[in-house]
Amino acid sequence: MSALLELTDVRRRFAVGGGFLRRARTLNAVDGVSLALRRGEVLGLVGESGCGKSTLARILLGLMAPSAGEIRLEGRPLAGLDRRAVARRIQPVFQDPYASLNPRKTVRSIVGLPLIVHGIGTPAERARKVAAIMERVGLPERVLDSYPSQLSGGQRQRVAIARALVIEPEIVICDEPTSALDVSVQSQILNLLQDLQRQLGLTYLFISHNLAVVEHVADRVAVMYLGRIVEEAPSDALFAAPRHPYTRALLASVLTPEPGLGVPDTQLGLAYPNPLDPPQGCAFHPRCPLASERCRSEAPAERDVQGVRVACHLA
Amino acid sequence: MTDLLAVEDLRVDIPTHGGTLHAVRGIDLRVAAGETLCIVGESGCGKSMTALALMDLLPARATRRAARLALEGEDLLRASARRMSDLRGDRIAMIFQEPMTSLNPSYAIGDQLEETLLRHRSASRAAARDRAVDLLEKVGITGASGRLGQYPHQLSGGLRQRVMIAMALMCGPALIVADEPTTALDVTIQAQILHLLKSLQRELKMGMVLITHDLGIVARVADRVAVMYAGEVVESGTTASLFAAPLHPYTQGLLRCIPVPGRTKRGRPLGAIPGMVPTPIGPLTQCQFANRCPHRAAACTAGAVALRSVGADRAYRCVLPPDAAMALGRAAA
Repeated sequence: MSALLELTDVRRRFAVGGGFLRRARTLNAVDGVSLALRRGEVLGLVGESGCGKSTLARILLGLMAPSAGEIRLEGRPLAGLDRRAVARRIQPVFQDPYASLNPRKTVRSIVGLPLIVHGIGTPAERARKVAAIMERVGLPERVLDSYPSQLSGGQRQRVAIARALVIEPEIVICDEPTSALDVSVQSQILNLLQDLQRQLGLTYLFISHNLAVVEHVADRVAVMYLGRIVEEAPSDALFAAPRHPYTRALLASVLTPEPGLGVPDTQLGLAYPNPLDPPQGCAFHPRCPLASERCRSEAPAERDVQGVRVACHLA
Repeated sequence: MTDLLAVEDLRVDIPTHGGTLHAVRGIDLRVAAGETLCIVGESGCGKSMTALALMDLLPARATRRAARLALEGEDLLRASARRMSDLRGDRIAMIFQEPMTSLNPSYAIGDQLEETLLRHRSASRAAARDRAVDLLEKVGITGASGRLGQYPHQLSGGLRQRVMIAMALMCGPALIVADEPTTALDVTIQAQILHLLKSLQRELKMGMVLITHDLGIVARVADRVAVMYAGEVVESGTTASLFAAPLHPYTQGLLRCIPVPGRTKRGRPLGAIPGMVPTPIGPLTQCQFANRCPHRAAACTAGAVALRSVGADRAYRCVLPPDAAMALGRAAA
């Protein structure tokens, strides 16, 4: 089966620092990522701050051009497509519903704006579409005339989801969609996202630092570390038998509500690498409890081990 | 044995335009030496106000009242501002959520660490420096003496939080109050910091009040738990008993909301708590959770609900009789 969205060796570099008499340094935020998003699936992307996952999201949304590599939407290069045509098919839901909604617009105009931008329907049809999507995301009609500041965090995130879905996109990039929410609200939003995905046949790239959340929603999971995918596998395989030591540490760090287990010792050490000065060899080796001489000198290539893609000499 | 910390009927009120906000509405807490009490709840439940009230660091507008507030037997309600300032950093120390905003950006971390000791002890600068290096090493920072001259912005979030912990330990406090100490950190760093806090606590036999919204953290680090909702403690008990059978419908609902790998099924809906937290303004006239509760009955809205004790160290605030609450709790666990 061909991929709906396919990334091949995508890279994004930033020049950092630089100034008078000082040379800028290069930050490889995304450092050769290849991924395929299949129609109708939920692909989880997991990693910690600074690993490049949000940069990748911005590239996929067309908000930022990759420095190298290619992205294809149903086989056609994204670079050659009109920005608007891409936005019609790929929509975002961001982490912070406080920052991503215009505080001076009513919910009605926030949710209706994408329809106007894309020239969809007559005013009456647009009003109908807005009403329909509000019902789908579980917001009462009276909210339409409210401003974001009058809504709770959960309601705001529902507005952000309504805005993303009102133009009926195929792909939704969910970038930490529940990280700013309380657990009781998080569960409502996760349930809503899953219902919508099934009802509307959507494809999600679901980005999160919370492995328990990703396990709950994703069919496949890719783990990112310092700009690279270090492991990618079907969810069941990844959670049953993680192969990369970083994935294992992430998994051990999930503090499930099970008393008596205590806090695990992840044995990761202190040396969190500076992304401006990434380690030689395997980028994970300074924190890896298993690192050998080879890991310090030679970057591991991606390999396929029983249907799991992993970049580790020891996997 | 006297408790390290004893709190009875603690109340925090904040005047607002809409009336007086009862951020904390009469809670009891106690912590023994070497014990960890977790206060858990969602945004706005009053858990951070409780922490600040213990430290006497509430915002100026807020007022604190209590029947009792004692640390190592000393009545903190009668302590002068000067006495409190002597105690803070010495017998009772606080770790905040965001180390970037609680460390002074314009002083080297060594100076900030040393200042804590010099403020409370008649120590020499050299002795303070030695203590700072010792503690930085204790919290797992390698090459500590070389780091004393570094500024907070030169450190990663995880390192900054380690510095905060070292600073809290400078005078060997009897009690640590930690407000969401790992919420701003990455998951692997969170596990490392919590692991460190627990092992230091064991070694130094400190009491700890840890404020969190994360029931996963509670289960892994707490000896005893107090669940807060809208300014009240709705349930308390030992960690094992609370997780084996949560008695309050709010605690039961919260536990059902959390995805747990291997336990919750992928694609199946998670539990949810419909509705919203009430604004804690005005007197208590009913159970505050009643409008969101699946077991709501007439008694729930007839009047305020009292905390009900079951056994020596277990209490819950619900009209359901203990056996019914226990049966629901076991099903939710």
